[in-house]
Amino acid sequence: MLSIQNLHATVGDKPILKGVTLDVPAGQVHAIMGPNGAGKSTLSYVLTGRGGYEVTEGSASLNGEDLLALEPNERAAKGVFLSFQYPLEIPGVPALTFIRTALNAQRRARGEDEIAAPAFLKLAKEKAAALKIDFEMLKRGLNVGFSGGEKKRMEILQMAMLSPKFLILDETDSGLDIDALKIVSEGVNALRAPDRGMLVITHYQRLLDYIKPDRVHVLAAGRIVASGGPELAHQLEAEGYDKYTVAAA
Amino acid sequence: MTLALALKTGDLTQLPSRRDEDWRWTDLRGLIRTAPPASPAFDGEIAPGPFDALAADTILFVNGRQRHAAASGAGDVVALRFVSATEGAGHAATYAIVVEPDTTLVLLESHEGQAAGYMSDVTLDIAVGEGARVERIVLVDDHAEAIDIVTAEVDLAPGATYVQTVLTSGARRQRVETRVNHPGAHANVRLDGVYVLDHQRHADQTTVVTHGGVDGVTGQLTKGVVTDQARGVFQGRIVVQPGADQTDARMGHHALILSDKAEVDAKPELLIFADDVACAHGNTIGALDDEAIFYARQRGIPEAEARAMLTQAFLGEVVERIEHDGARAIAAAWVAQRLGRAQ
Ligand SMILES: Nc1ncnc2c1ncn2[C@@H]1O[C@H](COP(=O)(O)OP(=O)(O)O)[C@@H](O)[C@H]1O
Ligand SMILES: [Mg+2]
Repeated sequence: MLSIQNLHATVGDKPILKGVTLDVPAGQVHAIMGPNGAGKSTLSYVLTGRGGYEVTEGSASLNGEDLLALEPNERAAKGVFLSFQYPLEIPGVPALTFIRTALNAQRRARGEDEIAAPAFLKLAKEKAAALKIDFEMLKRGLNVGFSGGEKKRMEILQMAMLSPKFLILDETDSGLDIDALKIVSEGVNALRAPDRGMLVITHYQRLLDYIKPDRVHVLAAGRIVASGGPELAHQLEAEGYDKYTVAAA
Repeated sequence: MTLALALKTGDLTQLPSRRDEDWRWTDLRGLIRTAPPASPAFDGEIAPGPFDALAADTILFVNGRQRHAAASGAGDVVALRFVSATEGAGHAATYAIVVEPDTTLVLLESHEGQAAGYMSDVTLDIAVGEGARVERIVLVDDHAEAIDIVTAEVDLAPGATYVQTVLTSGARRQRVETRVNHPGAHANVRLDGVYVLDHQRHADQTTVVTHGGVDGVTGQLTKGVVTDQARGVFQGRIVVQPGADQTDARMGHHALILSDKAEVDAKPELLIFADDVACAHGNTIGALDDEAIFYARQRGIPEAEARAMLTQAFLGEVVERIEHDGARAIAAAWVAQRLGRAQ
């Protein structure tokens, strides 16, 4: 599914990723943990094609297709979805309009028919209810005036409606209280499927009690410095990242 | 010093020039080198106006001459059309509107270029009686080579409400000026504007609101999008005269510049000579937010579509404040169409 080989990337000439190698097979959930500033968000942005990041070496592909050669919207249409650490506010564009525009753009790019309005509304109502999002909120400017937790739930709603193949969750747990964390995790777990992969980026082990990973990787100073099973997350929680930041420095 | 006077006398020294502080960004003296011939009477076909379907009454001016008899006065939704139909010719018109106390009027005004390169000057006098309510929508759809000046003098009585939205796509040189005599006295004013400019079009939206008494409210929101080598001008002045205490006046002007060579000049001014007033203004000029564009693209929306969506949403905030449903729909469609061209 997702295959990253020796990926190096710079931001404004500053090397951030220094040789990341990672494979996430279909059907698996991999967690990336690491200290602040390790390059976790940078990895998610490089995979999704945000401007300002330059790949200087290495490759990244999804099901054999070179992701780095594609425009951000083409990557999305291939099924790559990023739940942003800091979701943007889009004044004047209601969430419903935004999501329908996105869904139809992806469908067009894949040569599929656009979704009819009634079917779209039905889907939105169903998914919003599951995430305990008040449907009226979807008629307001996307994320405008929403709390941190509401914005994260809105990310998961978009994910549920766009039904991507590969999910990247960047610190989706930050800013969530325990109830919201459960709702969001249920939303994510509902998307687990044999043909779908996930990369769950988090600073804390807590999220992984709810979204159980198959593998855990530690990213420090731009490299994967340790990999293991779910027990690695508990070990990090107990011992902290000190050993890795020292080793990576 | 007006275009109308210069057109009438042929004396170009009557034109406002960049030496006049209020006209420094919309110079006519330096632009008009020879006086145009007077526009002839025109009795050919006139295409339908943008608001025809909404109005009970239509008042039509063609080449500065009123074509229909005066309005019947039956309806409170009136279309007021100024059509320029002869290439290269100049004309001026004036029209007065009196709104009786405690009545309402929706004035759907259009300035329509049905020829190239004309010069037009229109002056309106609008008197709004006590407790009366007026919504004026001004759609200025000029030919790219036109020179068009529209000025409205608005006099409000106590307790009157006057709300206005000006929508323009510019011209070779164009100015829509609104001057409001605000008596305070619980009179309420909203002055909004939208401009969408491409190629070498120029649009100037100028407002002057003079608060003369206590307890007056004015709210203003103008937004513009400029691309290519276009130039937008916003001048907003609010004067709060001595004694006009408890005035509440807010002005916002926000512009998006979509190309390197486009330009926006803005001068928001609050001149306050009274005490205990709440006055504020905000003015921003910038580009579309790259992060918002990336966010939309990450969801699968192609870049051009993302830009169009965000630009339309930016102007939508003003269009949505139009109260008359039919006019709001027409304004929204017009803005979308102009943006389609401006992208
Ligand atoms: N736009 C940027 N310009 C300069 N440095 C950046 C930029 N974005 C991130 N960085 C730097 O890259 C490093 C990694 O950042 P980031 O990927 O956000 O880390 P994490 O998500 O692991 O906390 C940090 O040192 C950060 O300061
Ligand atoms: Mg981060």
